[in-house]
Amino acid sequence: MTLLRLEARGEASRAMVYATPLLAVALTLASGFLLFWAMGFDPVKALHAFFIAPLMSLRGLGELAVKATPLVLCAIGLAIGFRANVWNIGAEGQLTLGAITGGGLALAFYGEGGWWLLPLMIVAGMAGGALWAAIPAFLRVRFNASEILTSLMLNYVALHLLNYLMHGPYRDPDGFAFPESRLFEADAVLPLLVAGTRVHLGSLFALLAVAAGWFLMARTFIGFQIKVIGLTPTAAGYAGFNQKKIIWMTLLLSGALAGLAGLGEVAGPIGQMNPTISPGYGYTAIIVAFLGRLHPVGILLAGFLMALSFIGGEAAQIALGLPKAITGVFQGMLLFFLLATDVLIRYRLRFGAKRAVVGRAAA
Amino acid sequence: MSAELALLGPILAAMLAAATPLLFAALGELVVEKSGVLNLGVEGMMLVGAVCGFAVAVQTGSSTAGFVAGAAAGAGMAALFGVLTLLLLANQVATGLALTLFGVGLSALIGQGFVGIPIADVPELYIPGLTDLPVIGKALFGQDALVYLALAAVPAVHWFLYATRKGLILRAVGENHAAAHALGYKVIRIRFLAVLFGGAMSGMGGAFLSLDYTPMWAEGISSGRGWIALALVVFATWKPGRVLLGAWLFGGVTIAQLHVQGLGIDIPSQLLSMLPYLATVIVLVVISRDVARIRLNAPASLGKVFHPDA
Repeated sequence: MTLLRLEARGEASRAMVYATPLLAVALTLASGFLLFWAMGFDPVKALHAFFIAPLMSLRGLGELAVKATPLVLCAIGLAIGFRANVWNIGAEGQLTLGAITGGGLALAFYGEGGWWLLPLMIVAGMAGGALWAAIPAFLRVRFNASEILTSLMLNYVALHLLNYLMHGPYRDPDGFAFPESRLFEADAVLPLLVAGTRVHLGSLFALLAVAAGWFLMARTFIGFQIKVIGLTPTAAGYAGFNQKKIIWMTLLLSGALAGLAGLGEVAGPIGQMNPTISPGYGYTAIIVAFLGRLHPVGILLAGFLMALSFIGGEAAQIALGLPKAITGVFQGMLLFFLLATDVLIRYRLRFGAKRAVVGRAAA
Repeated sequence: MSAELALLGPILAAMLAAATPLLFAALGELVVEKSGVLNLGVEGMMLVGAVCGFAVAVQTGSSTAGFVAGAAAGAGMAALFGVLTLLLLANQVATGLALTLFGVGLSALIGQGFVGIPIADVPELYIPGLTDLPVIGKALFGQDALVYLALAAVPAVHWFLYATRKGLILRAVGENHAAAHALGYKVIRIRFLAVLFGGAMSGMGGAFLSLDYTPMWAEGISSGRGWIALALVVFATWKPGRVLLGAWLFGGVTIAQLHVQGLGIDIPSQLLSMLPYLATVIVLVVISRDVARIRLNAPASLGKVFHPDA
């Protein structure tokens, strides 16, 4: 006999679709409170340092946008794939490749650039990311190989490739063997949008991606095909939708967006090539996509929340000496709570055994 | 004995050791997948197993206690996955990813105070005469207990799955959970136990890395081995004996890459480090291209949500 059981709702609850992300955030904060307390920190002070203090200045708000930019760019692409059951988890590698190709141009034309360099870098960055995502797409379509595993393996390959380049061709010739490139010249750096912050043109691209992603999914035939394939692959087959085409399209699109995110990092806040371009944006973007309900607008909001977990982690590290790894724990917990509470969308919780309820109804 | 032959012995021994963590994790995941559950959180469970095993071994001074703690920590992570996917019916792919992301963060947090601490190596077997045999002596008779345990797990898992009644039921649950449920088998309980076993095995694999193979704690110490283990299960077409083959193959690639670096052959080390990951992709492609074979061997209910009322 179970005291608590799940009873199927007639149809999915719209209210719960919006409520569970908020519930998950609340549960994460509550767990964070307990976690800080257990680690011997003042929980109120720690949560304040983590989630509120960073937002109290223009600079802090700017940093929020800077960190949200790559997360949103990656997550928009991933979510479109997830909708079609295409599980690209290689955004981290695609982001890295975008930085390698786009940033490589900045180094190749060092000292001889012009107005044309930055647009060329953007195109190259997107092409690099798309190219990296084309590998799992090809292997899935042609050889039936799981894109989950191939795209993930390529993350490690991309990281080693970047490492190789930073110790070889990309290294600053006057840099005393440090694995860093020259600083990009002015015509290879994305212009700033808000004075006094590091918010750059990439944030505008992220907003454009949100709008374009919404348009694609809500207003086009391709978006409709993606949704049908994700919900009922057999129906899509009968309707004659080309699943292979959708696999190619979603992977190339998410790769290009991740590549753009990578280019935006090296041509934006970083301003050069180095071996640690991303603190795991490509992985966190998976959480952003789910937390945002795979919907572009939701992703925008979720992107800001996850960006806060990055800058909050840094701020709390400086203010209270909290370990930086807390950020990852918070991000993981949030996704867990979201997945756990999502059960409420299609089921209600009922207390007491089933038989007792039936008996009462009969009496 | 020629110099090449003298080198072969240590290479063989190192290959077996490099295959061990993969063997643990992949065998565990194989049982999980045979029960119809896809747990993509192997990497996260390995990391938490590695750090907990290391922490306990440092505190108690006993590597045995460390291995037990590693297995327990892996099982604890797996329990989290089990509650979410089996009781709360969450999507298995998303939950597995969450488990890995959470494990990366949690292990880094727990491991804060343990970075760079040295630890006593686990003693290796020594049988006078046998261990001193040329070439194969060290590889076959000079390893530590965990290597033998992992090897013994291969026939044990095979025996359990194919020669016991419980194994038959577990496979039935993985092939068709509705039919197994109709026959009165406790689908969720059986799957939960399988998931716990998978977690414990991943945790052991992780603890082997931090206590024995490396031996030290560093963030992200498993460096993708959990994912490679997942690929190995597909490579093995869900057969325990072939997991062993795959693990040796990857152990071989890992060691070959290190030796090429050591021999001073002029290939940048960063490019050589890509080899295990590229090998995984290639092997996966070679196996997956045979769609009929995958469809015949994959558990039919793999990754599908089960709710008794539905």
